[in-house]
Amino acid sequence: MLKWFNNPATETQVTHGQRLWLYIVAVIIMILLVTPTLIVVPMSFSDSQYLEFPPENWSTRWYDFYFGSDEWMLATWTSVKAAFLTMLVATPIGVLAAYGLHASKVKFVRAAFVLMLTPMMVPVVLIAIGAFYAYVQLGILYTITGLVLAHTVLALPLVIIVTGSALQGYDMSQEEAARSLGAPRWKAFLTVTLPQIRFAVVTSALLSFLTSFDEVVVAMFVSGGDNPTLTRNMFNALRDQIDPTIASISTIMILVTTFMMVLAQMFGQEKKKPK
Amino acid sequence: MQTVRINQSGLRTDERLERLKLFGLSSPALLMILVILVLPVGWLFYVSFIGANGEFSLENYERMISRKSYARIFWTTFQVSFLTTGLCILIGYPLAYFLSQLPPRLANLGLITVLLPFWTSLLVRTYAWLVLLQKQGLVNDWAISLGLWDEPIKMVHNMTGTLIGMVHIMLPFLILPVYGAMRSIDLDLMKAASNLGANPRRAFWNVFFPLTMPGLMAGALMVFILCLGFFVTPAVLGGGKVIMVSMQIVSNIELFVNWGAASALGVVLLVLTVAILWIASRFLNLEQMTGGGGH
Repeated sequence: MLKWFNNPATETQVTHGQRLWLYIVAVIIMILLVTPTLIVVPMSFSDSQYLEFPPENWSTRWYDFYFGSDEWMLATWTSVKAAFLTMLVATPIGVLAAYGLHASKVKFVRAAFVLMLTPMMVPVVLIAIGAFYAYVQLGILYTITGLVLAHTVLALPLVIIVTGSALQGYDMSQEEAARSLGAPRWKAFLTVTLPQIRFAVVTSALLSFLTSFDEVVVAMFVSGGDNPTLTRNMFNALRDQIDPTIASISTIMILVTTFMMVLAQMFGQEKKKPK
Repeated sequence: MQTVRINQSGLRTDERLERLKLFGLSSPALLMILVILVLPVGWLFYVSFIGANGEFSLENYERMISRKSYARIFWTTFQVSFLTTGLCILIGYPLAYFLSQLPPRLANLGLITVLLPFWTSLLVRTYAWLVLLQKQGLVNDWAISLGLWDEPIKMVHNMTGTLIGMVHIMLPFLILPVYGAMRSIDLDLMKAASNLGANPRRAFWNVFFPLTMPGLMAGALMVFILCLGFFVTPAVLGGGKVIMVSMQIVSNIELFVNWGAASALGVVLLVLTVAILWIASRFLNLEQMTGGGGH
């Protein structure tokens, strides 16, 4: 062990001992990155009105309250519905767009690509109040349709970036081969191209789901009435006081996102192995 | 000869049609972005030039210049954005460096600590800091029992809390591109520097650090721009004391129903963002940013 301290750690012969400070700093930062979120999990099982760690008495009362509350259940249901629909709309539309932009070599592809990325660049508050105004005119304020449309727009750049970069690594001449053997373009796409970019497509779908599920600002403006989202209600609750129910909801949300991302990682990883 | 020419031009028209048809595949996405985003934002742009009497006027912009409260809001926004970006660089760079020096398998394990908060809902993370930093919160409890300070310190509902939350949320956006840049450096260059007589410190600052600049700039730019328009974290952790542009926009709509004022602020925010991106795009490869930030 002591010898390890004197071993060179870098190409410039700095030893591990000399870099001990870096290791300590890095480990502290990593702990600070992870613990604040995870500490909410044990806290949510506390019996007390005041969130304590470690909890003196364990209980599931905040979960019971959450699952027993019509208001929270309605919000959860809205969020899940909106996230699923956003995934179902954004993925095909985004994949089509990514494919179209990749395969077509017209002059304005670059401009179209920039336009597709605008939802990432325009401050989300601006998108939110713009959509709010538009929805009042269209009469779709506080509807799932409106919410899904806005969330789809937010998710599209992610789908286009993820799928687009997969297409960049894909050899389009395979599709040409299929077409020269008589397959129409759509069939060549579905049977030759799509199976090879399927991991990117699945990742895009999961990211679309999460984009909608976690979104706060747009939901604050265009969801409400009979269709408030979970995040909207959480945000409003946070502005008033520290409600322990939020800790239990947070725990559930951490579970959902982790589950989705583990799925995405599993699909993403597989891509690298064969080939 | 004649037929060949006709065939060629026919083929060319065919090809052009085919390209247009392919481009048409992206029209549903373009149409949605146009209707849900571009047109409404264009309308806001228009409204920002309409005064209280319903006619063209610059009063919404004049108000921003003449009123002190607006100057303070812009100052706060820049302050928070600069400090957050600076702190993210100071904290994120060493961690990215540490991870980039590990063998890939270990580094991937370490990267999970960066990705886990990245995936977690923004609201959940903001809530967690609210709970930890409050007066009877864990941080105060532990610090007092360790003897770091005697009285509970107010760390939330002010600038400190806002910055802690913002830095935590923005760190992954900085670390990921910097880590990517560091991984792609050929470490033989460091050996060469040593060989030519540079001491380790000099080799780091003269060879390694400049090579990480593109990643660092892309990450810092991403963080800064995200900070400029940020809403949730300052709204919750700032407790009404840290008012940023986006929050003023929301209260202009929610409390005062003043679309003109809100739109003008929004236009300024958008113009600032686009200007920064445009200037940066002259020096940087922005594709790196979308590749690093959007995983």
